[in-house]
Formats: sequence, C-alpha cells, structure tokens
Amino acid sequence: MLTINCPWCGPRDETEFGFGGEAHRTRPADPSALSDAEWAEFLFMRTNPKGLHRERWVHSHGCRRWFNVERHTVTNEITRVYQMGSASEAAETAPAAEQAPATAAIEKQGSRS
Amino acid sequence: MADTLIRQGGATRFTQAVASLGANTGNGTRLAELTPPGQINLRGRPSDPRFVRTVGAVLGCVLPLNANTVTSAAEVTVLWLGPDEWLLVTPAGEETALIARLREALGDIHAAVTDVTGNRTRLRLSGPGARETLMKGCSLDLHPRGFRPGQCAQTLLARGGIILHQIDDAPTYDIYPRRSFSEYTWMWLSDAVAEYQR
Repeated sequence: MLTINCPWCGPRDETEFGFGGEAHRTRPADPSALSDAEWAEFLFMRTNPKGLHRERWVHSHGCRRWFNVERHTVTNEITRVYQMGSASEAAETAPAAEQAPATAAIEKQGSRS
Repeated sequence: MADTLIRQGGATRFTQAVASLGANTGNGTRLAELTPPGQINLRGRPSDPRFVRTVGAVLGCVLPLNANTVTSAAEVTVLWLGPDEWLLVTPAGEETALIARLREALGDIHAAVTDVTGNRTRLRLSGPGARETLMKGCSLDLHPRGFRPGQCAQTLLARGGIILHQIDDAPTYDIYPRRSFSEYTWMWLSDAVAEYQR
C-alpha cells in the first residue's frame, strides 16, 4: 500500500487514487503523417524503467485532480509529486496550492530538464 | 410541482425501524440521518479576486481556499472539495434562491453554479465513540491533531465514497454519502457503532 501525497489534499491511501500510466508522453502533432511503426511506438511502447518512473495519478475519491508522481519502480519510494500541465497552467492554480498542506512536495513540471 | 414532494433521506426504511427500537443509547454515541440538505456545486478560479469577493459577499462568509477546510454563515456551509471546487450546503429548499442570487452576482465572471441537491444525503454521527467508529472503515488520520472541527475531506468509508465534515469536539461528524450508497453506508455505520451503544 502506497501513501500518496496529493498536491491538493495531502497524504492519502493508494486506494483513493487511480493510476494513469507513464507521464509526459506527447501525442504526435500530425498522426496521419506517421508510419504504422511510429504510430505503434506512440500508442503501445513505454519506457518501463527499473528505477525512477514518472507517472500520472488521479485522486479519484478525493479532489478528482490529475497530477504527476515520480516513483522508484523497485522500492516504490515516491520521490516527487508535482502538478500537471504547462508553466502557465501551474501558475494559474498556484494561490490555492500555496495553502495546500502538501506545498513542499509540489514542484513545477518545467523544473526538471 | 416540486414543492409537493416530500424530501426524505436515502436510508429511511432503516432509520425509522431504528427509532422504533429505541436505539442510540449506551455511552451516548448517536447515529442519525438528517433531512437531505440543499446542495450546490460551485466552481471558479480562486486566483480571481472578483470571484472570491463576489461569492463571499453573497454567502456572507469567506470562501475556504485552504485545502480540506469549511466555513459557514447562518444559512450556508461551504466545504472545500478541490482547488477550484466547493460544495455549498443549505437548509432543504433554500438552494434555488441561493443559486439565483449567486448567478446574478457572478454575472460574466468565469464560474459554474450547479444544483446537486439530489446527489448526496447526510448522516450525523456524534458522541464519544464516533471517531473510533469511523476509524474502522476510513484510512484518514482522524486523530485530533490531524483532523479537527472545521475540516472536511472527500475519502472512502468502508470502500464507499463520502464527504466527511467534523462539526465539533464531541466529536460530531456529518457524513455525506451518495444517495444510492446511503442505505449501505447506514447499515455499515449502524453495525460499526453498535458496540458503543451497549
């Protein structure tokens, strides 16, 4: 059982969350221009690392917001929890985030190269 | 038409039986279903001072911007549900007028006011055994240092989704299950609370 620190609600049990697969996968701008192999690469292939993995979670039974988690796939240790979206979207929701109990765990997506 | 209907809770076929048995005694821990309140879902940008100010003026209390907190005025209780989402709880039947006042005041401000009165019912659990009763089925840390009066949370109770709101130090909790889960939640709670009522 994981305890996941929701960026909005604070630490909650894993049972309150849904898993959304690997994060930071960008849909190709023009899928019709891709070959079948390239499209299959986008649709089906994932990095599946042994180590730190960035993934999406949703707080289904809480605030119902999506966010990103960086988790070690061997130890299950969660090293980072940070918000979805671009820098501009993150800035828009910042006032509420500053008052959330989990503020220390929040990092903007753009801060990682 | 609507005002000819009688509002009743979702677990009444159990609650009436319980009342006739004269339950809810023991050490004073009580479980009851309250009349389902009016409920309004409010969404808007907390970063927009016009939105926060306008809503505050209409409701007569500050919009809670801190996570998991509740504010209240005479006729409304405001529960934080998410960074841009709140639940307004009003006395039964008063939600329509409040919605109209909110919509008029908000005008062109980016916001959504939705009547969700039929969504949830309200159970009240109160007394010395209330915290232990909830702890049997809820993974939240309900210790007074972690969850206090004036706080709320959306979480799971016995695997059913609820909104939990602590009212006072008795402790008294208001539990808002989905209407279709209210019988289940009632049955689970009345079993869990039984040992504190002997």
